[in-house]
Amino acid sequence: MIGERSITLVVLGLLLAVVAWALVVDEPFTITLATRAAILALAAVGLNIALGIGGMVSLGHAVFFGLGGYAMGILAYHAQSFSALDLGLVSVAGTKSMPVIWLVALGVSALAALLIGLLSLRTSGVYFIMITLAFGQMFYYFAISWSAYGGEDGLSIYVRNGFPGLNTLVPIQFFGICFALLCAALFLNARLRASPFGLALNAARQVPARIETVGLTPFRLKLVAFVISGAITGLAGALFADLNRFVSPTMFSWQLSGELIVLIVIGGVGRLIGPVIGACLFVALEHWLGGLTEFWHVYLGAILLGIVLFARGGIVGLLTGREGPHV
Amino acid sequence: MSDPILSTHNLVKAFGALTATDDVSIDLFPGEIHALIGPNGAGKSTLIAQICGGLTPDSGRVVLQGRDVTQDSTAVRARAGLGRTFQISALAMEDTVLENALLGALGASHRPWRFWRKALSDKALCERALSALERVGLADDKDRRTSELSHGQRRQLEVAVALTLEPRAFLMDEPMAGLGTGGSQRLIGFLDGLRGEAPILLVEHDMDAVFALADRISVLASGQVIATGTVDEIRRDPAVREAYLGEDA
Repeated sequence: MIGERSITLVVLGLLLAVVAWALVVDEPFTITLATRAAILALAAVGLNIALGIGGMVSLGHAVFFGLGGYAMGILAYHAQSFSALDLGLVSVAGTKSMPVIWLVALGVSALAALLIGLLSLRTSGVYFIMITLAFGQMFYYFAISWSAYGGEDGLSIYVRNGFPGLNTLVPIQFFGICFALLCAALFLNARLRASPFGLALNAARQVPARIETVGLTPFRLKLVAFVISGAITGLAGALFADLNRFVSPTMFSWQLSGELIVLIVIGGVGRLIGPVIGACLFVALEHWLGGLTEFWHVYLGAILLGIVLFARGGIVGLLTGREGPHV
Repeated sequence: MSDPILSTHNLVKAFGALTATDDVSIDLFPGEIHALIGPNGAGKSTLIAQICGGLTPDSGRVVLQGRDVTQDSTAVRARAGLGRTFQISALAMEDTVLENALLGALGASHRPWRFWRKALSDKALCERALSALERVGLADDKDRRTSELSHGQRRQLEVAVALTLEPRAFLMDEPMAGLGTGGSQRLIGFLDGLRGEAPILLVEHDMDAVFALADRISVLASGQVIATGTVDEIRRDPAVREAYLGEDA
C-alpha cells in the first residue's frame, strides 16, 4: 500500500498541477476554486490538530474562522475609509497589509481559543461539542447585531489587501500565498505530531489516565493544542475574507464549523493530508455538482455516509490500507 | 525502622451509607514489597484511587516521602515519585511500544512543551525509554504498534512505562492479571529484583505471586484492614482465613 508521505506529496502536487493547467489554458476561475480549496484546507488543518490529534470535537471552530475574517474586514475597512480604529485606550489606523492582518488574525483567534478552551475543556464528549457550538452561536449573533461593521449584511472590501512584492489581485499570485501558508501549516502540523508535545497530546486523547500517571496534565496539553488549532483556523479566515473581499456573519455559522469537521472525516481524521483531500473534494463537488443540481449536498452526504460506514480512516485510510487512528 | 516512603493515615471514604474505606492506615517502607489483598468488594480499588489521586478521601491523609499529597492531583503525585501500573493496561494502542515508554520519560523530565524537535530524535528521552524496555524484555519490539502486542507483552509494557518514571514507590494494580503461568513466573522474578530500587505496594489476586513476593501483607475486608503481617502470620491468622482465604484455601 501507499505511504502517507507519498500521498501528501501527490495531493499537493495534483493541486499545483490543476492550477498550472488552469494557468496555461487561461481559466482564472479554476485558480480561484483551487484557492478556495487551499484556504478551507488550511482551516481544516487547524481543526485537525484539535480534533485529530487531541480528540476535541469542536463544533465551534467557525468562531476562529470568523474572527480571522473580521480581523481582516475591520482593519481593511478602516484603511479604505481612512478612519481610525478606536480600541478604547488607543486608536490605531487600519491596514491593507496582509502580513499585519495575518498577525492580528492569529493573535485574536489564539486569544479567543484560550478563553473558550479554558471554559469548554473542563467538559468532554457531547458537552464539549455543545459548549463550543454555543460559543459559535454567540459570536454569530453578535456579528449580526454589530451594525458598525455591517451587521447582517457584512462588510465589503473593495481592493484585496497587499503583500510586499506581489500583486494579490492576480489569481495565481494570491493562490501562491494561500498554498504557501497551507504548506507551512502542514509542515508545522507534521513537526508537532512527532514532537514530545504531539506524542503527549496524542496519548492524552487515547488514555488520559496514563498521561496523568506520568505526571502530565491532559487539560493543559489540550488547551495549548486548542489555541494552536484556533490560531491556524483564524489565519484561514483572514485569507478567506481576502479571497471574497467580503466578510459576513456566515463566517461564524455553525454550518461552517460542521463543514470543517466533514472535510476532515472525508479525508481521514488525524491524517496530515486528510483535510486537504476533504477540502479539494468538497470544493470540486460544490462546483461541478452544484452546477448540475441545487441539491448537491445529497451527494456529499452519500459520500460521507459511505466513508463513515466503510472507510473509517477516510480517503487516506483507504489509500494506505490502514484503519484510521480513531477506530 | 526508617521512615515509610508512602503511607496512608486513617483514610475514610464513604459513598452514601457504604463506607468503602474505613480508617485505613498502611505503610510502605524502603526495600519492601507490601501486598494488599482482599476479596472482591473489599475496597481495594477505592483505596488505590485515593492513593493515586483519582478520589479525595473524606478524611485522613496520604503521605508520600514525608509530604502530604492528600489534596494533590494525580499528576502532582506522579511527579512526586509515585509510579502506578493499571489493572487493565492503559496504553496508547495506536502508538508504538517505544512511544509509550517515551511518555513516561517525557513526564519524568517535566518537559512536554517542546513542539518542534522530534521526540524520537531526543537522545536522553529515548535512552531512558529504551533502557526500561530492555529491562522488561521488550527492546526488540520497540517499533511495533502497541495494539499488536500480546496481552502479556502489554503487561510488561505497563511496567516499563512506570519504570521510565524512576519512581520512589510503585503502586501496582494486579500486574499479574491475565498472565499465563510462564508470564507470571517471569514477572515475579522481575518484581523480586525491583524492590531494591523502590518499594512496591502490590495489589494482587494471584496468591502464588503474593506469597512468593510479599515481605508483608495487609488484608482488606469491608473497607478495613483486618490484618497486617508477614506471609506466615497472615496464613495463620484465623480472621483472614475466615474473611478471605477460607473460601479457597
